[in-house]
Amino acid sequence: MHIFTNIKSASKSFFTEIGELSFFTVRFFKDVLKRPLELKELGRQCYNMGNRSLFLVCITGFIIGLVITLQTRPTLMEFGAASWMPSMVSISIVREIGPIIIALVCAGRIGSSIGAELGSMRVTEQIDAMEVSGTNPFKYLVVTRVLAVTLMLPLLVIIGDAIALYGSFLIENSKGNVSFTLYFNQVFNALEFADIIPATIKTFFFGLAIGIVGCYKGYYCKKGTAGVGKAANSAVVVASLLLFVIDFIAVFVTDIFFDL
Amino acid sequence: MMDKKHITERDIVLEIKDLQKSFGDNHVINGFNLKLYQGENLVIMGKSGSGKSVMIKCLVGLMELDSGSISVMDKDITNLDQRALDILRADIGFLFQGSALYDSMTVRENLEFPLRRHSDRFDETNTEAMVMEALESVGLIHAIDLMPSELSGGMQKRVALARTLILKPKIMLYDEPTSGLDPITSKEIIMLMQEIQKKYGTSSLIITHDVDCARVISDRMILLIDGTNYAEGSFADLSKREDPKIKAFFKNK
Ligand SMILES: Nc1ncnc2c1ncn2[C@@H]1O[C@H](COP(=O)(O)OP(=O)(O)O)[C@@H](O)[C@H]1O
Ligand SMILES: [Mg+2]
Repeated sequence: MHIFTNIKSASKSFFTEIGELSFFTVRFFKDVLKRPLELKELGRQCYNMGNRSLFLVCITGFIIGLVITLQTRPTLMEFGAASWMPSMVSISIVREIGPIIIALVCAGRIGSSIGAELGSMRVTEQIDAMEVSGTNPFKYLVVTRVLAVTLMLPLLVIIGDAIALYGSFLIENSKGNVSFTLYFNQVFNALEFADIIPATIKTFFFGLAIGIVGCYKGYYCKKGTAGVGKAANSAVVVASLLLFVIDFIAVFVTDIFFDL
Repeated sequence: MMDKKHITERDIVLEIKDLQKSFGDNHVINGFNLKLYQGENLVIMGKSGSGKSVMIKCLVGLMELDSGSISVMDKDITNLDQRALDILRADIGFLFQGSALYDSMTVRENLEFPLRRHSDRFDETNTEAMVMEALESVGLIHAIDLMPSELSGGMQKRVALARTLILKPKIMLYDEPTSGLDPITSKEIIMLMQEIQKKYGTSSLIITHDVDCARVISDRMILLIDGTNYAEGSFADLSKREDPKIKAFFKNK
């Protein structure tokens, strides 16, 4: 009985949250083209987010490249297919592992900092102060941040992918003496538009999800310092879950349209 | 007495009629009425959690009311569109309880922020001079390039005050201007408020539970108890009343 009521209230808040998140997303799309465009603030946010995550993305990408190559190599060797390494690795990195892992890293880095920043602005009444001084805080704070992540995440993923491929090349080079040109020739032969385009489109949605969830959690933060911590924390948790859901949908849709 | 009569006939700049506001089952404001006359300092006193901040936020449209009406300078704020509301808000200065300085911006950027939306009200080449004038009136010119986190609580309050003054508002709303400050800093802020009152000729609504602040600054007082305007009068008048609910406010002085 007790468990049942727990589940009932949890699912109720789950659905309210989904409803509110959708409403927040709709409001974002309504406000995104409204004037003033706040381009200066958008630029500042893009720079900040790129700057803060770049190092982390590079490290993660590099390690993904190393690990995947080291793990895949023995299996392919066994089948005498070591020459397939570049195509195998590049396809799995570009299509799936690069986007999702780098998006998860950014959900932790960017999502939580948006949640905490807007949360503390809400709690200390800075958002109210903005509103009474005639600036639309949703436009100035939320729209610029969501746009900034949506634009920056694909860029970060491309950088991460490239570094992962370079890491993979280093391993190949040390084990089999493959030249840089040969390796990347094989990589680009293996990759098709059907790999790159859907994977890139997907990352825009990843960025959108991270931005929307982070801003939503911060913007409606509950009073008190505990509220700010909770906003930052649940921004990461909810965004990460959402990333997997979007990834699943993206793979499903790609499968239909590109008939892989 | 003649004088008092004269005051009540002056222009009303702000009026609340029968304001109601609840959060779920929590009926915070239950029929609150208020008139603010041109040029006066009206103090609202109430216990913490009695809905003072809720009331003042309804006044500037930061919260929606359940029922009742609020008119500011003859405009009903409940049915203004966003543009009209923003224009009206430029005439209202709001000093937030916790100062609410933008902590990612310097003092200068904090002061410039309200100016960016109201460029129709002044000459844009004049921004620097306006920032300087506002900072000078709170005596903090030397802090212009500091971040809010580098300022003490009292200095933050003064910068916040400068930020609300920069658009030369006709009405000032103060939400607990002295809370969280030591007695000496509180006195400085109160003196500053009086100077501003003289210099800019504003009408002020001051929310507080600080008896000393109320005594010094009030022309008239309203006690907010149980969500209504329980009692009204001058400080001298109210502090003599025998009603225990009123007495509780003036006990420890
Ligand atoms: N956004 C809100 N949601 C729910 N309850 C609120 C909200 N804001 C204020 N309250 C409630 O309204 C009451 C009055 O709060 P407030 O106006 O901040 O008090 P104070 O007089 O100390 O300024 C409190 O009980 C508070 O819990
Ligand atoms: Mg309050």
